[in-house]
Amino acid sequence: MSRQTPGRSKGLNGWLLSTPALILLLLAASGPLLIVAVYSVLEKGDYSGVRWILSGEGWFRVLFEKDIFDHTISLADANLSIFWRSFKLSIATTVITFAFGLPTAWFIATRPAKSRAFWLFLITIPFWTNLLIRTFAIMEVIRNQGILNTFLMHFGLISEPIQILYTDTAVLMGMTYVYLPLMVLPLYAAIDRFDFRLIEAGYDLYASRWQVLRGVILPIIKPGIIAGCILVFIPSLGAYVTPRVLGGGKNMMIGNFIELQFGQGQNWPLGAALSTVLLLVVLVSLLVYTRASSRDNPNG
Amino acid sequence: MAKRRAFDVTTLPGFTTIAILAFVLLYAPIVTLVIYSFNGGNSVNQWGGFSLQWYAIAAQNEAVQDATARSLIIAVWASVISTTVATMAALGTTRRGKFKGQTIIYVIINQPLMVPEIVTAVSLLIFFSSVKVATGYSGLGYLILAHSAFCIPFAYLPIKARLEGMDTTMETAAADLYATPWQSFRYVTLPLLLPGVIAGAMLAFIISLDNVIITEFVKSAGQDTLPTYMLGQLRRALTPEVNAISTALLGLTVLILTLFVFVTKKWD
Repeated sequence: MSRQTPGRSKGLNGWLLSTPALILLLLAASGPLLIVAVYSVLEKGDYSGVRWILSGEGWFRVLFEKDIFDHTISLADANLSIFWRSFKLSIATTVITFAFGLPTAWFIATRPAKSRAFWLFLITIPFWTNLLIRTFAIMEVIRNQGILNTFLMHFGLISEPIQILYTDTAVLMGMTYVYLPLMVLPLYAAIDRFDFRLIEAGYDLYASRWQVLRGVILPIIKPGIIAGCILVFIPSLGAYVTPRVLGGGKNMMIGNFIELQFGQGQNWPLGAALSTVLLLVVLVSLLVYTRASSRDNPNG
Repeated sequence: MAKRRAFDVTTLPGFTTIAILAFVLLYAPIVTLVIYSFNGGNSVNQWGGFSLQWYAIAAQNEAVQDATARSLIIAVWASVISTTVATMAALGTTRRGKFKGQTIIYVIINQPLMVPEIVTAVSLLIFFSSVKVATGYSGLGYLILAHSAFCIPFAYLPIKARLEGMDTTMETAAADLYATPWQSFRYVTLPLLLPGVIAGAMLAFIISLDNVIITEFVKSAGQDTLPTYMLGQLRRALTPEVNAISTALLGLTVLILTLFVFVTKKWD
């Protein structure tokens, strides 16, 4: 640094230049999140919207329901089953994408330098392709007259089409399909930096392939694994398009349940409370992620 | 040689098979969708020979024309706005060393990547619906604003990466030759930074063009973009027309990505 810039003006310039971006983001991304938190503690309006009266009803209705006749309070089973489905499908999506993603990332990272860019590009195309289009594509494959059923029937494996579309399985297949690139890319980034001489050292010390994988490779690429799992888990938990298209109206996830409150359900405070819950779960996952990655890498 | 290959340390049992399987599974549905968009038959279930009829039908559909125009207008505005502010922010947050509050700026800029999109969409629905009532304005401005904010991190990342890869000697040389800060930015920094800016603008354009959830919640009546139009069509059966639109959008994405790779490679 030959040019000397006083520390204060560095910071001032940094803030000044960032101001337009920050204003836009506070106006149309971060700021409105606070409004959601406020709406969650207001009373629900007659049709939609809210009345500006403080009320815990929205939060209460996240987990409980009150009988309209005898006012007995019970757990809202419908809500609980939606939460459980969202959690279960998100975990399953994360596990399956990891099972496919690790070998795929490994495969790409071990290609010769020249063809590596090509394989990476093949992963990037689905990554940037419209989520809706990819969901349509998987719908095309699994619907009753789709190629999967036609194929299975042609080879006599089944006698009539299996109903996959509009089930939890369809949602799981769809989420695995659309989020796989999100798992592969961070894993690839981690494996790409991996020093393959360590594997050689492992084998020289008579480790089996399984021991090399468990004792050498996985611990070293752990930050990439955590990043991939978080990157898949968070959007899965908040998924809206895939469960709406592939799950039909019945197999809702939290995202669809939130939408329902702002549409037909006409219960904005409940919708706002559910959004806040989802946001908090995501923040906790991110905190766990930062903790885990800073513990692995104390210098960075 | 064959024996050496068997001992290749980079090979793990089954990994190549699973990887190839993953690529096949990733592309089979997309390829099916593309093939069926050229179907000459009237139903999505039967192959009736090669034809472009569904593209013609989609192109003549007024709703599709309107949605396409709207998608493009929003995407152009959003990418111009987000790239401009992201370039400024990247210039402000890189190559100056750490300063107070830098982390806060990072967190706010990357926030759209972390918060589930449905939550952002709901918060914008609440916020904009009161603004709509208060101002009486219900034009495309809300969608452009929402898309611009959402695209900022996507434009910011490649620009920041490019800036971090550039050393400061050129600007120092310019300053030594009595260039004003503006001159050295205009004639030295900006031309060097251009590939990053173009890459950022392309990504922002794709992200805006593809956006479904935020658009679905923010749009007023009659403001469908191409993706929300397609989502709306789904209430009825899946039509080959939707396949044709999807394939066209897919083609556009692949084209932009190829340009992106070309732009970022060529300048390096």
